[in-house]
Amino acid sequence: MGYRTEGVEPIKKVSIIISKGSLEGIYPGLIMANGARAEGMEANLFFTFFGLDAIHKKRIEHIKVATVGNPAMHIPTLLGGLPGMSALATHMMTKKMDELDIPPINEFIEMIGDTGAGMYACKASVDMFDMKKEDFVEQVQDIITVGDFYDMAAGGEIIFT
Amino acid sequence: MSTATYAGVQVRLNDEGFFEDPNEWTPEMATEMAKADGIDTLTDPHWTVINFMRKEFFEKGTGPTVRVLGKTSGVSVKDLYLLFPKGPAKMAARIAGIPKPKGCI
Repeated sequence: MGYRTEGVEPIKKVSIIISKGSLEGIYPGLIMANGARAEGMEANLFFTFFGLDAIHKKRIEHIKVATVGNPAMHIPTLLGGLPGMSALATHMMTKKMDELDIPPINEFIEMIGDTGAGMYACKASVDMFDMKKEDFVEQVQDIITVGDFYDMAAGGEIIFT
Repeated sequence: MSTATYAGVQVRLNDEGFFEDPNEWTPEMATEMAKADGIDTLTDPHWTVINFMRKEFFEKGTGPTVRVLGKTSGVSVKDLYLLFPKGPAKMAARIAGIPKPKGCI
C-alpha cells in the first residue's frame, strides 16, 4: 500500500541543506537525498556552516556523534564530556549502521554523487572558514551563493537539516 | 489492487503498480513494461539487474536496495541510474515484477 494522498502530484525535486557537522546532523540529509534519487526525483545537496565537514577531504573521515548537549544520548553531560566518549559513541553507532548496510559518510557521499545528485558548498561559510574548492571532495560541483541556491531550488521542495 | 494486461496476459498489481504475485511475471512482460516506462530496448545490463533483483527477492523475501545492487549485481550505481532513470530500485523492481524494495538506502 502506498502513502501518497490520491490526486496529489508526487514531489519531483528536493533541495536539501545540511548545516550541522555531527554524525547525527549529517546522515538524515544524506539519506533523504539518496532516497529522493532512488525514487526518481531530482536532488541537490547544499552544505553550509559546520555541514561543510561532510564534504571536506580531511574532515570527512572524522565526523563524530555529539555526546554533550544531546539529551537523547541518555548519558550524563559530565560523562559525555570525558575524553574518548564521542569516539566511543561514534564507533558503536557506525558499527550498528554498518550492520544495517548504511555506508560510512565518505562512501555515502561518493554514492550520492553517482546517483546524479548535485552537491554544493555555501559561499558565505566557505569564506568564513577560509576554505577553498580544493578542500572539498570531487563530488562537490561548485561553491555558490544563497541567491544561486534559491535559483536552483526553484520548482521544488527545500529541506533544512 | 488492480489488474493490467502485459504481453497478452492479465496480471494483478498493487496500488503503486507493482506485481501482487511475482510468479505471474514473464520476461516478455518486462520488455513491454519497460517500453511504457521510456526504455525502448532492455539491454544486457538491464537484464543483469532484473535477473539479480528477482533472484534476491526469491532468496531473501525483499528486493535489493540501490547500494546492494551497486555492490553485488555487477552494475555500478552510476550505471544503474543511467539504465533506470526513474529511480533504479523502484523502476527496476516494478519491471522485474517484484514488490518495491523496503530499505531506506
